[in-house]
Amino acid sequence: MHPFALSRADDAAQAIAAHSQDPHLVFIAGGTDLIGLIKDRATLPEHLLDINHLPGLASIEARPDGGLHIGALAHMSDVAAHIEVRRRFPVIAEALLFAASGQLRNMATIGGNIMQRTRCAYFRDEDDVPCNKRRPGSGCSALHGLNRNHAVFGWSDACVATHPSDLAVALAAMDAVVIVRGPTGQRSISFTDFHRLPGSTPERDNVLERGDLIVAMEVPTRPEGRASHYLKVRDRQSYEFALVSVAAGVATDNGRIRSARLALGGVAHKPWRLTAAEAALRDASLDDSDALKSAIAESFADARPLAHNAFKVELAQRAALRALQTAGTRI
Amino acid sequence: MSEPRRTAGRDDTVPTRPQPIAQNTDAGLHQAVTPGSEPRLVKLIVNGKDCTVMVEPRTTLLVALREELGLTGTKKGCDRGECGACTVHIEGRRVLSCMTLAAMQDGKRVTTIEGLERDGKLHSVQAEFIEHDGFQCGFCTSGQIMSAVAMIDEAKAGWPSAATADVRKPFAPADLSHTEIRERMSGNLCRCACYPNIVDAVAEAVERS
Repeated sequence: MHPFALSRADDAAQAIAAHSQDPHLVFIAGGTDLIGLIKDRATLPEHLLDINHLPGLASIEARPDGGLHIGALAHMSDVAAHIEVRRRFPVIAEALLFAASGQLRNMATIGGNIMQRTRCAYFRDEDDVPCNKRRPGSGCSALHGLNRNHAVFGWSDACVATHPSDLAVALAAMDAVVIVRGPTGQRSISFTDFHRLPGSTPERDNVLERGDLIVAMEVPTRPEGRASHYLKVRDRQSYEFALVSVAAGVATDNGRIRSARLALGGVAHKPWRLTAAEAALRDASLDDSDALKSAIAESFADARPLAHNAFKVELAQRAALRALQTAGTRI
Repeated sequence: MSEPRRTAGRDDTVPTRPQPIAQNTDAGLHQAVTPGSEPRLVKLIVNGKDCTVMVEPRTTLLVALREELGLTGTKKGCDRGECGACTVHIEGRRVLSCMTLAAMQDGKRVTTIEGLERDGKLHSVQAEFIEHDGFQCGFCTSGQIMSAVAMIDEAKAGWPSAATADVRKPFAPADLSHTEIRERMSGNLCRCACYPNIVDAVAEAVERS
């Protein structure tokens, strides 16, 4: 493995200062993505800063108002096992449980989970094939290569990669907020604004700046939280990334949808909220599959499949319908 | 601990000099927190014994266990966190030793397959793997067993899985069906495809525990 220096941060201010000053420094928490990226030579940091010992960042709090506060260093397995996470936001617990394996969930942290880099095989190719995300300006091998696993929404000629996190899809659907501490203080970033589309700068996965440290995710209380569900469709039944996934939540009045939340994974460079579908679903009956289907279709007018992934457009709509109806059974 | 044994290296074998096991009185033990890419001493409590290893920052826990401590029961399969052959416990939890750095585990309690038996008696999961013929070539077996031992504890602690019908309800160990075991063990691959016997072995161990 590529050699690097390793040091340990004992307080957040020290970590933020070190990250601001050294452009070749990266934070390491669980390491389950970063170690793989270094082994594949997809990233070659000179300095790793171990942030696992930063105090106070691993708590999971069920807030009295019905929301959640999840520290960035909380492990996936602990969040998924937390009974209030499971009761208040089953979609979050399920998204975590459908990701990775038991071993990896014990290692990986929540902050690291949303910082995962794409699983695009060209990005991770040990032979360093053209990839704008890995080497800006080198081209996109997936655009005209094998792109079955790639984006159908929001891609650019520079990058057609998808974001691999399941948790991010659930957090985007539930209007979560990322709490970030940087050199100038703390700020909140709406989850749907945290990851970005590739445009001409696909090397940037999200809006974080140098010196930024994710400290927590906050999930506000939501009427759609309790009746929520995560559906993941993949080539293997377990331990695999999504072809398409759906986070769905619904609140009803007398069997009619008062509000719905839908986000897709596996289809874009960021979790893809179906806002047009959410608006069209209002007042529809949860029993009226045809009405739900046409409401969901509202969000697919701008789908742009690539050579090998047209199947995702139909698959995602069917998955969204099923996820919404399953969420509806939890009311 | 005896002088560390050396094993045949793989492509990413970290060159380190054979290191006599240091006493834990050495102030240099905290070198793991100092910056730099130079080798440093890391203290681990492996299978109940205090050990000190000399590692580079890039040395994985897997390499430290196998090549510095001679504990070759833990296997290197994919070395990418995909196969589960390197599964060990850190502080009682199952993890992949190929995906963590030894220097990040300074002071931690590590259990490997060599540390499961008690007073010459096999752990019940080990015994059931033999009873149910839960392996052919045996390469994945130590990872399978380490994973199963910790997985049973997770189920006893009420953790749900992706196979759990309703995650909102408390999970009881009695709910640990074959489907649940398959899902919870999916991070351990077996190229010989001994899965039915592995699941039977784990199910039997659950029943007896």
